[in-house]
Amino acid sequence: MMPLRKFEYEEIGEGRLVINLGPQHPSTHGVLRLIAELDGERVKKVLPIIGYLHRGFEKIAENRNYPMIVPLTDRLDYLSAMSNNMVYCQAIEELMNIKISERTEYIRVIVLELQRIASHLASVGFFGNDVGVTFTAMMYTFRERELIINLFETLSGARLTYNYIRIGGLREDLPKGFENNVLQSIDIIEKKVDEYEEFFSENEIFRRRTQGIGVLKLKDAINLGATGPVLRGSGLKSDVRVTDPYTIYDRFDWDIITEKKGDCFARYNIWINEIRQSISIVRQALNGLPKGEINVKIPRVIKPEPGEVYSKIESPRGELAMNVISDGTPKPYRLKIRSPAFCNLSLLPTISEEGLIADLIATLGSIDPVFGEVDR
Amino acid sequence: MSEILSSLTEKFPDSITNTKVQRKTRIWVTVKIDVLIDVCEYLKNKQDFNHLSSVVGVDYKDRFEVVYHLWSYSKKRQLSLKVPLEKENPKVKTVTKIWRSANWHERETAELFGITFEEHPYPKHLLLADDFEGYPLRKDFKLVEKPWFDKNDASEKQKTD
Repeated sequence: MMPLRKFEYEEIGEGRLVINLGPQHPSTHGVLRLIAELDGERVKKVLPIIGYLHRGFEKIAENRNYPMIVPLTDRLDYLSAMSNNMVYCQAIEELMNIKISERTEYIRVIVLELQRIASHLASVGFFGNDVGVTFTAMMYTFRERELIINLFETLSGARLTYNYIRIGGLREDLPKGFENNVLQSIDIIEKKVDEYEEFFSENEIFRRRTQGIGVLKLKDAINLGATGPVLRGSGLKSDVRVTDPYTIYDRFDWDIITEKKGDCFARYNIWINEIRQSISIVRQALNGLPKGEINVKIPRVIKPEPGEVYSKIESPRGELAMNVISDGTPKPYRLKIRSPAFCNLSLLPTISEEGLIADLIATLGSIDPVFGEVDR
Repeated sequence: MSEILSSLTEKFPDSITNTKVQRKTRIWVTVKIDVLIDVCEYLKNKQDFNHLSSVVGVDYKDRFEVVYHLWSYSKKRQLSLKVPLEKENPKVKTVTKIWRSANWHERETAELFGITFEEHPYPKHLLLADDFEGYPLRKDFKLVEKPWFDKNDASEKQKTD
């Protein structure tokens, strides 16, 4: 067994208690270790310790050919593998000036938005577990998430690590009847989302555990680098899909969801309402889906000209970006991932200090870190 | 975009060594290390680059480089600030006082590249174990595949069996 990493506490205040949560703990969403200094039940100081899932993705990528990196990206944010595929392929396409086909653009938007729905459903389920609507939330949302995972299974053969979006196109075209299945599934999900609102959002216990808890002020949110639902929950109308559009998001009609209060309930509400927006985008994209080729011709050996790009997308957790530097060889010279969960997790101490220990768990759940992505 | 560039070159005429436009919303600017903090403060306070997206370290043959990717929510523009550092004993001042989000990014870059961020509030390992030696993302750190089992060991064991 790996020994726990050393941690020396310089000074512990009078009457304080230091407790250790994790790295294996049911409430920490993965291999996160938290060290909390308590005064009674009040948290005075929190120190997140990460790195237990650090696989050196960036170093491995420097030793692989460009197409070989796509399946590796699946293992970053394993709840939304499509987004990772997308940001990587988009970076390489920009580096090589590849213009992808119209049909591919539409299919990419469809799978990305379905992925966002699946990921938000999982987030709502885990969050329910954290705040005490134990298992009900998880059972319900995972039932609906299953619909999307089944759809993706027909697309790519895999249930979580899809490797579907490739440089210059997609793995293959949509299977027969896919469009209809998507429409049926999102119809079901749309009805169920209303049901979740009845079950959780109007639940007294749920509200008491989340409202006014883990408040993040907008000023702090921006300065601490929050993105995605965490930032929008604090009231800034910002979404990469609109502010710095990629693929064809500018063709669809939808709203950026924001909340004002910046507490756990606000962040939860963003998930619920974004599912509805994503459903609307999927419907519009299916409506406009053109016929045609999916893959464009790309060189047999991918060797981008020397140069660098910074490419970013809005993943379900926030701004996911890659900085790729090429030196003209078939392997990237440097590949850096800016992962949203990493940045959002770094503000956990700011919003959970001076709260109760039980609220620390709720706050962590509302940030929703995925450790494949935090540690990389 | 060009307004930002021209105002920047006007303010720091001798310290901007290179600029590049990736596309309409992205520019890259290389600055000298001695004015880094001034440039950062200017960009944040006067040009409203309030979001530090990430801090990236790069190991080139003759130098190290730290890249600060900045985003302005009001202008909807990205500016990537590149700072070359010397190859021997690379160090640079921390920007955590300007953007607090730099904290973890700088800790990560420090441990993976061996770049010192001076005056960092908590300069400890973030991802790596405390007793890890070497700087994994430097080019002279070679990845070696560990064998699943020691072949010599196994064959000897077979003989004794």
